[in-house]
Amino acid sequence: MENPQRNPSSTAAAHLAPVGDSGLVVQFGDAIELPTHLRVQAFSACLREHPFPGLIEYVPAFASVTVYYDPWVLSQAGRYNPYEEVTHFIHDLLRQAETRKEKLRSKVVEIPVWYGGKFGPDLEFVADYAQLSVKQVISLHTRGEYLVYMIGFAPGFPYIGGLNEKIAVPRKDKPRTKVPAGSVGIGGLQTGVYPIQTPGGWQLIGRTPLQLFKPQAASPSLLQAGDRVRFVAITEKEFERRREYEF
Amino acid sequence: MSFNILSPGLLTTVQDLGRHGYQKQGILVSGAMDAIALRVANLLVGNPEDSAGLEITYLGPRIRFEADHLIALTGADLSPVLNGERVKMARPVWVRRGSVLEFSTPRSGIRAYLAVAGSFAIPKVLGSYSTYLRAEIGGFRGRALKTGDLLPCIGLTPQGHKLWQALAGAYPAKDWGQAKWTPDPQLYPQPVASPVIRVLQGPDYELFTESSQHDFWHQEFTVTSDSDRMGYRLQGPALFRDEPRELLSSAVTFGTIQVPPEGHPIALLADHQTTGGYPRIAQVITADFSRLAQVPLGQKIRFQRISLEDAQCLYIKQEQDIQQIKKSLQFKIENA
Repeated sequence: MENPQRNPSSTAAAHLAPVGDSGLVVQFGDAIELPTHLRVQAFSACLREHPFPGLIEYVPAFASVTVYYDPWVLSQAGRYNPYEEVTHFIHDLLRQAETRKEKLRSKVVEIPVWYGGKFGPDLEFVADYAQLSVKQVISLHTRGEYLVYMIGFAPGFPYIGGLNEKIAVPRKDKPRTKVPAGSVGIGGLQTGVYPIQTPGGWQLIGRTPLQLFKPQAASPSLLQAGDRVRFVAITEKEFERRREYEF
Repeated sequence: MSFNILSPGLLTTVQDLGRHGYQKQGILVSGAMDAIALRVANLLVGNPEDSAGLEITYLGPRIRFEADHLIALTGADLSPVLNGERVKMARPVWVRRGSVLEFSTPRSGIRAYLAVAGSFAIPKVLGSYSTYLRAEIGGFRGRALKTGDLLPCIGLTPQGHKLWQALAGAYPAKDWGQAKWTPDPQLYPQPVASPVIRVLQGPDYELFTESSQHDFWHQEFTVTSDSDRMGYRLQGPALFRDEPRELLSSAVTFGTIQVPPEGHPIALLADHQTTGGYPRIAQVITADFSRLAQVPLGQKIRFQRISLEDAQCLYIKQEQDIQQIKKSLQFKIENA
C-alpha cells in the first residue's frame, strides 16, 4: 500500500473544491501512500488546534480532508461570501500544516485476537488460498505494524494499511448478512476489525475481546486515523479474561 | 408522565438536529430528515429548536398521552386525529391526559414531526438525542418505538404551561384544542410531491460521460421503494463514467448524490455513512434538504443546477426565515 517510489502528490499543492454549500474538500493526492497520509494528518491536527468560526467538523480520509462549516454562522459575523472566507482560513491552516513536521503519531494500539475456532470460520480458507499453514497465516498477520489510514464505513471501523501480500485473499462471493462485533477479517489487501455487527464480505480469521466502539466514552472509537496497530494472538482463556462486552 | 405507544406506526424514532463532531470516528450524524420541520415544531411549543422530537414516517403511530401536554405537528400531513377529531398542522395543540393521537391517510409528504413542550426524559448519547439505528444508540433505547413503550416526558416547561393555560383555560369541558395561529407557510419549506431539487456539481461530475451529464439534468428520477433514512435510491437513466476506475474513499454527507457502478444514483440522507468510494455527481443544496426528505417513495424528482453563491444565499435566507418564525412565535407565546 505504501509505495515510496511514487509520491508526486506529497509535494503538490493541496487542491480545494466545494462540497455543496456548506462543505469543502482539501485534496492532497489520489493514492494511498504514506507521505499523503502524513499531510492529511498534519492538516487535521492544525484544524483541531485552530478551528475557525463556523467550523462544524472535519473528516480525514485516505488522501483528503472534508471540512463542514455553517455559512449562516459566517454570515452572522458579517462575512457575505462564506465559501471564500472559509478558503482563506483553510489556506492559512495549510501553510501551517506544510511547515509542521508532523511525525507519525506514536500511539500504538495492540489488538488481541483469538484466531480460528468458532470466531474465525474462514481462517482455514485463507490458509488454503495462500497455500500456507494456519500457523503461518497467524504469524504473518501478527507480524509488524499496521497504519490506520482513516475511520469510516461504521463507527470506529479502521481502514488499515500494511497487510502482508501473502495473506491478501479475495472477499467472500456472497457477503455475510451479519458479521459479529469484534470480528477480525481480511478483504483483499485490507485487514481490520468490525466494531459493531454489520453485513460484511471479509474473510473472518478471528475475534478480539476489545470493544472498538464505546458509545459512552468521550472518544468513542478505540482507533483514530494515524494510529499504529499491532495484532497479538491470544488463547481462548485470555480472550474470556479480557472480554469487554457480551457477544 | 409519558407517551404510551399503543402502536408504533411504520418507523417512529426520536430525533434531534444530529450528532455532530464524531464523523471522523465513523459515527453517523443521523438527526431529523426534515430538520426545518422539527425546528418549527419545537418553536411552536416553546422549546429550544434543537430539542428532541418524534420523526413519524408515512404511517403514523397511536399514542396515548399519560399527562397533560402541549404538542405540535409539522412536516408531512399524515392526517393526524386526536380523540377522533382532525388536528391542524403547524400550531400548538393542548391535550388533556388520556387523549389519543392517531394518523390516517398520508396527504402530503412522508415524514411528520411531533414536538412536545419540555421534550423527552431520555439520555443524550455523544451529545445528541438522535436514534442511531444501526449502532443501536441514542433516542429511546437505541431503536424505533414499539407497541407498549412508555416514552418518558420531562413535562410542561413554564413557557409551555403558560401557553397550555392560555389555550385550554377557556375550554374546561374539552379534552384537547389548538391555537388559531400558525407560522407563515411562506417562511419554511412545505412538502411537494415531485419537486425540482437544486444541486451543485459534485467533485466527480466531470468523470461522467456527456450523455450521462445531460441525462442527469434533463431526465426524471423515481425514488424507489428500497430507499430509507440512509438514502434515496433513484431509478432513471443509468449514469456512467468515461472510464470506470476505483476511487479512494472520502467523506460524503447529507445530499451527496453518488453513483455506484450499475449507474443508478443514490441521494444520501440523514443516516448517510461518513465516507464512501462511489463517484459523487452532485450535491443537493442545504435549502432543499427538507423538500428532498419529504418526497414519498415512488414519486419523481428532477435536478437543477445552481451556483455556489446562490446556494449559500438560499441557505442564509432560510435561516433568516427561521429566525423570523422564532421571533413571531416567541411574541405569540409571551402574549398568549
